[in-house]
Amino acid sequence: MQKLHITDIHKRFGDTEVLKGIGVDAAAGDVISIIGSSGSGKSTFLRCINMLERPNSGSICVNGEVLDLVADRRDGTLRAKSASQLQRIRSRLAMVFQNFCLWSHMSVLDNVTEAPVSVLGVSRKEAVERAKANLAKVGMKPDTYERYPSQLSGGQQQRVAIARALTMDPDVMLFDEPTSALDPELVGEVLRVMQTLAEEGRTMIVVTHEMGFARHLSSKVMFLHEGRVEEEGSPEAVFGNPESPRLRQFLAGRLQS
Amino acid sequence: MLGGYVVSVLAAGWITLSLAFVSLILAVVIGIAAALARLSRSRVLRVTATLYTSVVRGIPDLVMMLLVFYSLPALLSQAAQDWGYDVYIEFSPFGAGAATLGLIFGAYMAETFRGALMNIPKGQLEAAEAYGLGRFRIFWRILLPQMMRLALPGFTNNWLVLAKATALVSLLGLQDVMFRARGAAEATAKPFTFYLLAGGFYLAITAISLFILSRAAKRYELGVKELAR
Repeated sequence: MQKLHITDIHKRFGDTEVLKGIGVDAAAGDVISIIGSSGSGKSTFLRCINMLERPNSGSICVNGEVLDLVADRRDGTLRAKSASQLQRIRSRLAMVFQNFCLWSHMSVLDNVTEAPVSVLGVSRKEAVERAKANLAKVGMKPDTYERYPSQLSGGQQQRVAIARALTMDPDVMLFDEPTSALDPELVGEVLRVMQTLAEEGRTMIVVTHEMGFARHLSSKVMFLHEGRVEEEGSPEAVFGNPESPRLRQFLAGRLQS
Repeated sequence: MLGGYVVSVLAAGWITLSLAFVSLILAVVIGIAAALARLSRSRVLRVTATLYTSVVRGIPDLVMMLLVFYSLPALLSQAAQDWGYDVYIEFSPFGAGAATLGLIFGAYMAETFRGALMNIPKGQLEAAEAYGLGRFRIFWRILLPQMMRLALPGFTNNWLVLAKATALVSLLGLQDVMFRARGAAEATAKPFTFYLLAGGFYLAITAISLFILSRAAKRYELGVKELAR
């Protein structure tokens, strides 16, 4: 079943076109890794999927529902026609950010229950149950539930952020370089959680620098270069037999570092 | 004899206090609205709010108060007569005082709140948007609580100045602590005693405020003490 259908996204910042027509299709259970050097547009593309960035053109369809877009009079970018439809679609796409972006004035438990209660209308009691189950799943111990984000390590914060995403029971999870802001020794704990999610059939779009994750856990890999999809395919093909010279160069650089 | 005057001065304390609180509520409401306007996407709102905060902060409080109390009613009466209504409009000292103080300190609060809002990490707003929270919900659950914490030092300052600025309203004839103190000073020929009494009253208000607000600051600091990012 088609979970995500994004076509022909163009995005300009001023005179620079950073996305030159990118699309992605994800069926249920797909794990799609988006790789590329910085400035290739991979994060911008991910942020266009849930309209944190407004694309200049393109279409967004989540779980069969097409997001109604209209051109903004001021700058010509596309914006959602209806705020309530945008909110509904966004609630189906849970995002995990590079800098965690937990709400610093809320406890761990409140961070995880806030959106299910106020957006999905889940009862507080049920939200707490779901939150606790998901926090346990990402390996957070019960004695951390009343702590505040600043009292946690980066790896713990990111795992709470993943629990926050899971508790929305989303159709697609969007990961924006989830391990890039972590100290090297904390990357593993987050990757292990993501591995569990990938293996249990969550639909995930992952912008990442972790070539190990892209190679071993994704069903498809997209390599972006200067706002275009330079190469895409199965991880075996992309890593084992790269056709584009740019991809070869990129992978060679990764191996050295 | 002297005791009677002391009681009369202190009894006016509740007028000073209620004036201060009404003005504060006005100032907070105006301040939040103006801060949001200054940060909004709409140019008209931004320009209007900027004009308001710069003009109001640039005019002395006393001038503003006299303008509102004396000139505005005259202007309104004139306008009403031009339209054929024979009415004489007059503001009560309390109403004019509260409105003026609210307007003045609304501008200071706006700057305090704007600074606080700009210091909330942008990612937390994006996360709220990305999870489908509506605008009102984002303001109420994400922005406001964090704004309170970040704005508290500036808010405390504004409140202290506002509480003391209520003394200006005695010039409009409001029988507040200052008004009564002046009356008592003149009647008993003991200015030092009664102005000191008035000074002590304001000092007591500000001292109690500082105590309460520093407790509040500790409460809002929860979870951000070790905040590194």
